[in-house]
Amino acid sequence: MDMKTSSGKKLGLKEKYRHMTRGLDWETTYQKREDVFPYVAYEGIKIHDWDKWEDPFRLTMDSYWKYQAEKERKLYAIIDAYAQNNGHLNVTDARYLNAIKLFLTGISPLEYMAHRGFTHAGRAFPGSGPRVACLMQALDELRHAQTQIHSLSNYNKYYNGFHDPAHMLQRVWYLSVPRSFFDDAVTAGPFEFMVAIGFSFEYVLTNLLFVPFVSGAAYNGDMGTMTFGFSAQSDEARHMTLGLEIIKFILEQDPDNVPIVQRWIDKWTWRGYRVLTLVGMMMDYMLPKRIMSWKEAWEVYFEQNGGALFKDLSRYGIRPPKWLDQISFDKDHISHQAWATFYQYGAIADFHTWSPTEDELDWLSSKYPDSFDKYYRPRLDYWREQAEQGNRFYNKTLPQLCQTCQIPMVFTEPGDPTKICYREVDYQGEKFHFCSDGCKEIFENEPEKFKQSWLPANQIYQGNCFPDGTDPTVEGFDPVSKVLEYYNIQAGRDNLDFDGSEDQKNFAKWRGMATSNE
Amino acid sequence: MQMDLRTVSIQPLRQTYDPVARRFGDKPASRYQEGTYDIQSTANFHYRPTWDPDHEIFDTARTRIVMSDWYAFKDPRQFYYGAYTLARAKQQDAAEANLGFVENHGLVANLDAGLRDRAIALLLPLRHVAWGANLNGASVCAYGYGTAFTQPFIFQAMDHLAIAQYLTRIGLLLGAEETLDKAKESWLADDAWQGLRRYVEDTFVLKDPFELFIAQDVALDGLLYPLVFDTIVNGVFAAEGGTPIALTTQFMTDWFKETRRWADATVKTAATESPENRALIEKWVGHWRDRAAAALQPVAQIAVGDKADALIAEQVEQFNARLAKAGVKV
Repeated sequence: MDMKTSSGKKLGLKEKYRHMTRGLDWETTYQKREDVFPYVAYEGIKIHDWDKWEDPFRLTMDSYWKYQAEKERKLYAIIDAYAQNNGHLNVTDARYLNAIKLFLTGISPLEYMAHRGFTHAGRAFPGSGPRVACLMQALDELRHAQTQIHSLSNYNKYYNGFHDPAHMLQRVWYLSVPRSFFDDAVTAGPFEFMVAIGFSFEYVLTNLLFVPFVSGAAYNGDMGTMTFGFSAQSDEARHMTLGLEIIKFILEQDPDNVPIVQRWIDKWTWRGYRVLTLVGMMMDYMLPKRIMSWKEAWEVYFEQNGGALFKDLSRYGIRPPKWLDQISFDKDHISHQAWATFYQYGAIADFHTWSPTEDELDWLSSKYPDSFDKYYRPRLDYWREQAEQGNRFYNKTLPQLCQTCQIPMVFTEPGDPTKICYREVDYQGEKFHFCSDGCKEIFENEPEKFKQSWLPANQIYQGNCFPDGTDPTVEGFDPVSKVLEYYNIQAGRDNLDFDGSEDQKNFAKWRGMATSNE
Repeated sequence: MQMDLRTVSIQPLRQTYDPVARRFGDKPASRYQEGTYDIQSTANFHYRPTWDPDHEIFDTARTRIVMSDWYAFKDPRQFYYGAYTLARAKQQDAAEANLGFVENHGLVANLDAGLRDRAIALLLPLRHVAWGANLNGASVCAYGYGTAFTQPFIFQAMDHLAIAQYLTRIGLLLGAEETLDKAKESWLADDAWQGLRRYVEDTFVLKDPFELFIAQDVALDGLLYPLVFDTIVNGVFAAEGGTPIALTTQFMTDWFKETRRWADATVKTAATESPENRALIEKWVGHWRDRAAAALQPVAQIAVGDKADALIAEQVEQFNARLAKAGVKV
């Protein structure tokens, strides 16, 4: 868009943008500022001059619509073609589908939460620069939620486990991990939300979420997922820039902000890292054609890239996040510990698990020479033997959950992978349990918040996870089947081992129909 | 002649996601349906907002409107992100062409100076009204309940930002950078604008998202857009040789015609739900309509002088007739 004034004077980008955004705002006088923007002060962040905010993109709405519409047109054309062409039959192996089930139930509903969260943050900030940037991101996040739902809609037509993602997110045991992460961010103040999601998640950790799923899709013949991933890429680039801008802005405004932000960075790096356990497991176990190991991804995307970032932020007095030593030690372990958990609890999950093939076990041995053969391979070998004899192991006892991250207490002591890590805190006469020093400290900083956690295992035991009208006192009451009903997991179709599943049979049959004349 | 192209045909296990199938049956669903129904969380929230501990993250108690199902609302445009963006991109093309036409043919230079001054005085402070509406759209989207209800408000918020930006461009086309500064001074200090500014600032502190929808999208937009863009710009100004100005504001005219359908449907759904909802909506509409009409009177005067009273009365009459069709008597 070229802009001239009536006298023919051409405006520069900066002036133009100033008029298009900053110039629109005014200081209210009929209503007090603190009543118009009531949520901006209570976190203790001091902002002296909102105009110091540097708008990273200077995007006006007309350009936004133009670029985004072009992307939407292309994306939906590919989605339609992929569906019409039965593109789902081109994926490497039907086990792959479980990786995208994890995405649709664990991630897509969070994109929606991000949409509402950024709307709230945009409404909360008095500065026009951050307001516009947050609201544009809010609109983008709605795009991501919807394009994911639309892209994966075709998978839902043919395979199990895709049928009710938002409902499951609010109920299914392991989905409380990503869900509580986002609930935590949205219930925090607007500045913490921006550090949590805008900076820690979108900037520091996003490569560990998006790259594995989207590259995983590309490696495994899933053009549907790959396409929405690539289409979201330029949005994500904008979001990452916003995340970095917000942190620099807050830090530059007042030295008193530094310790607050540091605590948030510590908290949200740890919280995000815990959620990424699911991604690590997906990378190491669920992709038939692997991109790289979780350990390698962590080294490239966090240790190298993140290291440079925190070096850059040190001039503001920010140090790297806490507990990095433990994370670094754990990178040899967590994906294996997580897969073992899902394998055991495969009866109450909405996706399938399985015994890795011999080739896959060898791959894991080569990627994890210091841990896999010693600690994890023997167990997988044993489970596979048992399964082959008809004794596929399902754990029927509910695990204890960490009060903060809500992951079952399956992680091990820093430095000792043979010992489960337990921490506990007494608060108001109650005992609270934690999987790690990180989760314990996060609780101790905000006990009033984290004592509220809706822990799925505890809720089941309290009788809160049965369908309305269930009478648990009747003879022969089967709690597991009632919990599955409450989750809307279709027993025998969504859950249990991949081997023998409807997905496995249908995929083989349909691929046969598509590739032969049988 | 028909070509009979074939693809391998496989019988699907299901046609759509469960929430959509529960509502409409298991049949092929639209993208609006799949992208809208039941995607907001409603159960088992983990923590109360630290910024509003009296409520859950999403809470029906933030408004006094009571719905047995917040997905009773339906956007007649069926806007989800993709449909919305494509529609606006098309309008953006048209707006760009119009602005370019006016600029390239030097049409502003031929305008009568008096008319041009009145157009500047009327249109430019409205940048700030639209900027306020952007904030209010964000409020309803953030604090409302259920995607069917909240989703259109992020679109409203961004549309209002776009309108503020189009008005800025129109201002620069009609005047210069100082023209924008002067208009902002008027907005802040001139008597003619203080009623409207007070109205806008008062809506900033409304806590009930549905009342805010009534105050902003129904009452204020419902009087301001037809008055300023249809009646004054397209009617009065055009008759005085101001057709080039009307070309530059065509986006606003089209936009209001489209969004009014959604606003009416939303009012109607809530009012039809219960007599209590209807009574509340009638009270809100009456209150905010009267305030908006009073605030717009001196604004209309800028453009049409002593004909303002008659114009406003006409607008109010049309507004009442429109709301009556949506089931609300005021």
